[in-house]
Amino acid sequence: MAAEDLPSEFDVVILGTGLAESVVAAAFSRVGQRVLHVDRRSYYAANWASFTFNGLLTWIQEHHEESQPEEAQDWSSLLEEGEELIYLSSDPASISNVQAFCFTSEEDEEEEASSPDPPNTTEEETGGANEDVVKETSETESADLKEEETKEKPEERADGAEKEQRFTALNDGKSTVQTDVFRPITQASKTDGKEPGADQPTASAAQSQSEPAKKKISYAQLVKEGRRFNIDLVSKLLYSRGSLVDLLIKSNVSRYAEFKNVTRILTYRHGKVEQVPCSRADVFASRQLSVVEKRKLMRFLTSCVEETEEQRAYNGRPYLEFLCDQQLGDNLQHFLLHSIAMVTEDTPTEEGLSSTRHFLRCLGRYGNTPFLFPVYGLGEIPQCFCRMCAVFGGIYCLRHSVSCLVVDKTTNRCKAVVDSQGQRISCSHFVVEEGSVGTDWKMVTSPPRFLSRAVLITDGSILPSDSDQQVSMVTVPPIAAGCPAVKMVELCSSTMTCMPGTYLVHLTCQSVGSAYEDLSPVVTKLFRTPESHDQENCPSVLWCLYFNMTDSSGLEVEGHHLPSNVFVCSGPDGSLGHEHAIKQAELIFQKILPEEDFCPPAPNPEDIIYDGDNNSSSMGGEENGGAGEEENDGAGEEEEEKKEVLEENDGEEEKKEVVEEEEQSLQTEGIRLQPLETGSGSVGGSDSCSPPAGSQISRRDAVQTPEQHTASTHNPQRESASCMMGN
Amino acid sequence: MHGRVKIKSTAQQEEEKRKEREKKLKIYVAARDACFSKRKEGVWDDEALQLTQQLLSSNPDFATLWNYRREILMHIEAVKDEDEVQKVYEAELSFLESCLKVNPKSYGSWHHRGWVSARLPRPDWARELSLCDRCLSLDDRNFHCWDYRRMVVKMSGVPVDQELSFTDRLIGSNFSNYSSWHYRSTLLPLLHPESPEPPSPCREPPHSSPPPSPQTHSHRVCEEQLLKEYELVQNAFFTDPNDQSAWFYYRWLLGRAEREEMISCVYVSRDEERVAVAFSRPVNAQSVGLLLVLDGQPQRVEWRSVHPRFKHSPVWYVPVVSHVPPADKRKWSELSVEKTSVLQSELQSCNQLQELEPLNKWCLLTIILLMRALDPLGYEKETLAHFQTLKEVDSMRSAYYSDLCSKFMIENTILKMEYAEVRVFSISDKKLTTLCHLDQLLLVTHINLSSNQLQRLPPQFAMLQCLEVLEADNNSIENLEGVYHLPKLEEVLLKNNKISTLAALQPLASCPKLKRLDLRGNPVTQTANVEAELAELLPSVTDLLL
Repeated sequence: MAAEDLPSEFDVVILGTGLAESVVAAAFSRVGQRVLHVDRRSYYAANWASFTFNGLLTWIQEHHEESQPEEAQDWSSLLEEGEELIYLSSDPASISNVQAFCFTSEEDEEEEASSPDPPNTTEEETGGANEDVVKETSETESADLKEEETKEKPEERADGAEKEQRFTALNDGKSTVQTDVFRPITQASKTDGKEPGADQPTASAAQSQSEPAKKKISYAQLVKEGRRFNIDLVSKLLYSRGSLVDLLIKSNVSRYAEFKNVTRILTYRHGKVEQVPCSRADVFASRQLSVVEKRKLMRFLTSCVEETEEQRAYNGRPYLEFLCDQQLGDNLQHFLLHSIAMVTEDTPTEEGLSSTRHFLRCLGRYGNTPFLFPVYGLGEIPQCFCRMCAVFGGIYCLRHSVSCLVVDKTTNRCKAVVDSQGQRISCSHFVVEEGSVGTDWKMVTSPPRFLSRAVLITDGSILPSDSDQQVSMVTVPPIAAGCPAVKMVELCSSTMTCMPGTYLVHLTCQSVGSAYEDLSPVVTKLFRTPESHDQENCPSVLWCLYFNMTDSSGLEVEGHHLPSNVFVCSGPDGSLGHEHAIKQAELIFQKILPEEDFCPPAPNPEDIIYDGDNNSSSMGGEENGGAGEEENDGAGEEEEEKKEVLEENDGEEEKKEVVEEEEQSLQTEGIRLQPLETGSGSVGGSDSCSPPAGSQISRRDAVQTPEQHTASTHNPQRESASCMMGN
Repeated sequence: MHGRVKIKSTAQQEEEKRKEREKKLKIYVAARDACFSKRKEGVWDDEALQLTQQLLSSNPDFATLWNYRREILMHIEAVKDEDEVQKVYEAELSFLESCLKVNPKSYGSWHHRGWVSARLPRPDWARELSLCDRCLSLDDRNFHCWDYRRMVVKMSGVPVDQELSFTDRLIGSNFSNYSSWHYRSTLLPLLHPESPEPPSPCREPPHSSPPPSPQTHSHRVCEEQLLKEYELVQNAFFTDPNDQSAWFYYRWLLGRAEREEMISCVYVSRDEERVAVAFSRPVNAQSVGLLLVLDGQPQRVEWRSVHPRFKHSPVWYVPVVSHVPPADKRKWSELSVEKTSVLQSELQSCNQLQELEPLNKWCLLTIILLMRALDPLGYEKETLAHFQTLKEVDSMRSAYYSDLCSKFMIENTILKMEYAEVRVFSISDKKLTTLCHLDQLLLVTHINLSSNQLQRLPPQFAMLQCLEVLEADNNSIENLEGVYHLPKLEEVLLKNNKISTLAALQPLASCPKLKRLDLRGNPVTQTANVEAELAELLPSVTDLLL
């Protein structure tokens, strides 16, 4: 970076590229503010990011490594009279208890079925923060070192006892070295001498299952096809009338993204997965409800849209009580409480009703469920906003941070920031992600909360149906008293988040224990893993990851021990929608620019002209001002920035695949959100007579991001919005 | 600042748009004129095909151009070989597809597509079906597409069961769809016909018999399938009882059998020397060749309708000159359909729904119909109560319900009369608003309609060929059109009605035996000189009450 200095003056400097920060960036840039948006990471979207399989393995590795505290450089030389410095923290530590397991064979073996070794013997334990284990894990995870690893394996297979010893050692190590990390309970129990008995039936079950024609996908294949995965760190959905969808439509940011409908709502009940009838068509078609139940359900759903006196009488009392008094029966009560309102048994009635209403309002706008999911994963969304910001002149730098703030002692306002290169950049406002603010500076009212997350790659859908391309939202009520309610999203390969033949399953809940403690019992019940015993018909877990993430939904944007023009964006929260982040972004925007419109509609590309551009009329696209670098020269091509970036990393041979992937992206036929004014917002509307959705719609229709030279020196991994205007 | 984004002003944008529009219009007009002149000159070349394509893709409703295009295509067909023709028509189909994307409800495009598909040397019907499916999945009520699809199905001979599962699919995605339900009602009788009488074991397997056509086939469905349909449609109306389409389909399922055409009653009167015949359905006796055979001798007779207004009527008579055989023969027609346990269980589920939705009109109406079908007399009280509720919840249609209720009350009274084996028809104080089924009262000698809400005695009333006494006091009758040529009528009691003119009494003059007439409480009695006028109009009346 030393080569090129950034401009020394901005209106707003934003640190962190999470959703709220990115929306704020787009909003400011859109109304003509000069925005500098930086992120210390090498990728966009912070804890909202999506990774390829290999990218995720790298991420896991990073979170196992001790992040060496950067030596706090003394920038006081940059201070002027009456100023002081506030140092930002560089270690967010929002992720903990990262544990990955592989339940499939390492290699693509032909004779797998006849092999005496059941696949699960290759299970890799990567849990804990024990340094040795972590090293080993990182080795197994990097594809380059596979050879070494296969050499290692026969030894393991030859001697089961050695393996057991390893586990023991591991647990010992953990208990001595790291006490604050939760121990995976099942592993612990194995060391209690039960292991042989517990392992035996599973092994045979797995083996009998591996005999049928369907061959299990090996770890090597997952790595090889790793680029087909887009694995989200947070698991959320877009409510089709939620604030994020409204914002995407209002701001025209929607043109950068494409969506798929969640096709069904499922729930786990009485030991099996059932479909929840929520739309009119579902209720009609449901085989599990009697006609009287159908009528009761429809009547309830219709009646609760309007607030009535009867409902008000239940204010403050549990929603469950209200449902009981409606005499709906067990079936309907379960559906309404857990799957439609998605609340707990003690949630107050008014809250339960309002989430039921929200659910119902969202039904039918784009399909038979209230939810949308972005094709290529949720990590797309913050990047879309970054892109909008960049189109209107925002400057982006990844692997670039803000080290400290320069504060005017008398006014207690942040006058400038000092970036990680030691450049002083003046700004009128500073927006920062929560993780970069040291705990001393934060005002935290409630005790810290955590989310438990699990990511599974499975080989089948949890509820097989006619179509293997279902996107399912699954609610799993607490499986025992004291357990958390789990929200699960199962994505199919047409969402472009996993390779064909696999499903990507996200589990989320509020933490009670560690992610492994909270979620592995649910995983064991619903899927076939080495720990599950009688799950013959369940899909197998090929690979899984558990981790905890800070739930910072309680954090306020201001009121901290910080200068008055510094605003804090919290990270992901545990709710299913994106309401929290959008609300926060809008709040920050309104605090700073109360008079301005928040994310007004972006004009059509052809209506944008560039000041100082000699041939502005010839510009069809928006932003070729940077006069194109290397690969971005080919304007008009369907470009897949993300793939291209990877191409940079992975070398020439990948080129062919890029083309393939492009073709695939054309076939996704996802939903494009449209502005409401056109009246065709309801894709699912019965009166919609629009022509068949064109499959030719390119995923990136408007912006050809020019890559500025500064960006290339940064070599950011993702540059979908990495452009620098200016100078 | 250098390089900042600026946005064109609205004025700029509008100016640009205006210019764009002008330019487009110029091109369009020029192309249109070129097409017209080419057509005038009878040119059928590729250029014309190109030009019409350009124009039609921006305006697919230009019928003249489609016609021109067809002329060109027919010309091509005449001069080129089959492969080339196939190619041209295939290109035409993909062009049409783009037109349909612009306007999926264009008459011109769909019609042209039908035309092209029919002429295509090697049609690809599967492709056409999938196009229809795609269109219907976007708008399941696009009737153009439904029409086209019917044509495709007919041309390609899609099996009926496949079509039935097609309707299953459409109904599954949205059951508020008359088209799908109706399509089902045409498919079911083909696929699951009601077995004729008890099915004989030696019946030929169905596939060897010629494909049944809807015209020749009965519209009834076998019971087993009916039960499945009841279940399906119940799911629909329990899910949304306010959706009409399911209820209509349900009524079709429950529907009575069409009555076969038959003679329901023959009345022979020696006194008046006439023969009257009542049919189960209105017929035109003059054209159907109805033959009167007396003592084995076919008679050359001219059948007469009971009222000059009717060309088709259920009742016809003929004056007979020769001697007639003795005694009346009477036979009453059957009114009710078969009473099955199925209907009973349907009634139960509807009652269940009515408990949940006490004010749903479709449910109430269906319950009434089911009760009618099961036991019209036994359920009379409930039926009346439900009608009362119906009139309240659906006040816009209260007159319709009153008429319907009148109809049912008359049917009930006919039944009662049948059981009692009398020729007196009495239905007073039942809030009747209309009269119907009069063809079935051919033999009635005494009718009592007092204290109802009747406004007229309609032309059908003339079917009561045996009537001697008409009681209709305390109604709102203004019009006596139907009291016409009733050969035996002697007494007419019309106290407290709304007859206001002498002209309204004119029809009575055609009844030769009328002796007694009560007009008390009618406005007409206030007319000056009424008594003398009446004496002149109705000379046979000897007992006139005013």
